[in-house]
Amino acid sequence: MSRIVWRILSTVPTLAGVLIATFLITRVLPGDPAVFFASNPAMSPEDIERVRAALGLDKSLIDQFWIYLGALRHGDLGLSISTGQPVATEMLTRLPASAELTVFAFLLAIAVSIPLGVAAALKPDSWVDQLCRIIATMGVSVPTFVTGLLLIYLFYYILGVAPEPTGRLDPFMFKPPTVTGFLLIDGPLAGDWATTWAAFKQILLPGLTMAIFALAPLARMTRASMLNVLSSEFIRTARANGLSRRKIVMTYAFRNAMLPVVTSLGMTFSYMLGANVLVEKVFAWPGIGAYAMNSLISLDYAPLQAFMLIMAGIFLAVNLVTDLLAGLVDPRAGLN
Amino acid sequence: MAMPYSPFRLRDRLSMLGYVLSGNRLHQIAFGLFVLLILAALFAPLLVPHDPLATHPQDALTPPSATYWFGTDQLGRDVFSRVLVATRLDMLIAFGAVGLSCVAGSLIGVVLGYFGGLVDTVTSRFVDVLMAFPLFVLAMAMVAALGNSVMNVIYATAIINLPFYIRLARAEVSVRRHLGYVEAARVGGSGHARILLVFLLPNILSPLVVQASVNLGWAVLNAAGLSFLGMGVRPPTPEWGILVAEGARFITSGQWWVFLFPSLALMLAVLCFNLLGDALRDSLDPRSRT
Repeated sequence: MSRIVWRILSTVPTLAGVLIATFLITRVLPGDPAVFFASNPAMSPEDIERVRAALGLDKSLIDQFWIYLGALRHGDLGLSISTGQPVATEMLTRLPASAELTVFAFLLAIAVSIPLGVAAALKPDSWVDQLCRIIATMGVSVPTFVTGLLLIYLFYYILGVAPEPTGRLDPFMFKPPTVTGFLLIDGPLAGDWATTWAAFKQILLPGLTMAIFALAPLARMTRASMLNVLSSEFIRTARANGLSRRKIVMTYAFRNAMLPVVTSLGMTFSYMLGANVLVEKVFAWPGIGAYAMNSLISLDYAPLQAFMLIMAGIFLAVNLVTDLLAGLVDPRAGLN
Repeated sequence: MAMPYSPFRLRDRLSMLGYVLSGNRLHQIAFGLFVLLILAALFAPLLVPHDPLATHPQDALTPPSATYWFGTDQLGRDVFSRVLVATRLDMLIAFGAVGLSCVAGSLIGVVLGYFGGLVDTVTSRFVDVLMAFPLFVLAMAMVAALGNSVMNVIYATAIINLPFYIRLARAEVSVRRHLGYVEAARVGGSGHARILLVFLLPNILSPLVVQASVNLGWAVLNAAGLSFLGMGVRPPTPEWGILVAEGARFITSGQWWVFLFPSLALMLAVLCFNLLGDALRDSLDPRSRT
């Protein structure tokens, strides 16, 4: 128990570092927000000074950091210069889109990669193993945006089975009432199956793109870990004792092989968070990555800062959960 | 008379390379591709059939033909020439970034692993913070902060790869620093610098080289991803990521050649580096063979 508390506490210094890093990175970004606000030629230097004071830019760096922290405590992520909206609300309306896409792709990748990796390990050098190897090699060699574009070209342009790659839902359809923000959950909750189906068709290609990206490391890890366990002595003993193949594979080998896989799940999820930005761009997906990118183009930095903070927060949380899970799967491991 | 193998003689090294490659058809292909990539990076401007920046408005968006092997883009520029010429910039970014992070990261890691103590703790915390961001997002933010230029893409890619080298070198050195040969060198009167550079660094070189060759693929992906988002390299400079981004606009109208060929170049380069990484791992670091 105390080890769990200790592990949770150990994220605190990293979190502090993340806060300082995100704060500093937006301070060194080019462009003075006050000048941007005061781009109206009628504004005098005094007006610019006033805007600067209103934004707190005339204070020392350390004072600014405390103000930033104080605002963060109230969930205030600053104002977006280009839209004039609080960044926190903008992020909240877009977060479900990114989360739904990432979780959908993550589950898809797990559902394919783990059985594939296990099957490949059970029959080395069979066609399943070759398939696993090809997928693992291609998955790390094809950039996500290229996968996405190829899927669009194939399924939208040539075959015509996929909808136009523009966002989460056809603009002529109504969103179901928001409960979770996930269209694939809110749709069925509202009993609106037509919308659910439409949303599913929209998410399929971007989800597939990200899943292919995540497949490779997971399948590779599962295969390696499973092979490793299958050649260990307790499996030989189990086999010698005449246990059924099913029991050996499922109960003994699989459970023991899962530990490194759980750890790599966390890593893969964090890579997916990074790839999100590219996939959202390709499929015009209205998520937080696309929002941060678009703001960056108009020299609007508060969204980028918020985006980095959210990403690092999710990442730290995922790592924490991964470590705790690893401790659950194998009490000997992790948590030290 | 057969001379004993020496890693310092070029002929022996080449025959060793031939031996490693002979075992695996894929590794041969990868090595061939690598040679082609280097040749393209060096000589592309001399080889291309058209000026990569010259526009031919009357030939805009024509499909692949005998004149334009990979077709033309919306301004009638030859896609083949642009893809080929882009090789140099992409290789420059990849090798530059990996070289920087490998040298800086392994030096930092070696020192941390050897001396330990407070500096080690503080730097390891710093590395933890770096690793707490999704690395691609961190690279984006850094290019935004440092300014939109090719050099900054190289720096950003180098910085996000630093932690891997620091951790690797640190771990490798900390298990070796109390081994007999290091103790012997110390007793023999070698100073810290000599022990680090002459006795420890050469011994941990193989895992570092393997890591570097794997990282080359990541660096290409990373740089192309950044420029796909419009960061770093600016049009009309040909670079694979930008070429893909420009071609993406014509996918839904069916002009596939504008995005497909730069995509293929990108994929082949990354695939080549990944396979080379595997080959190097097999020959340099047999323990981690899978």
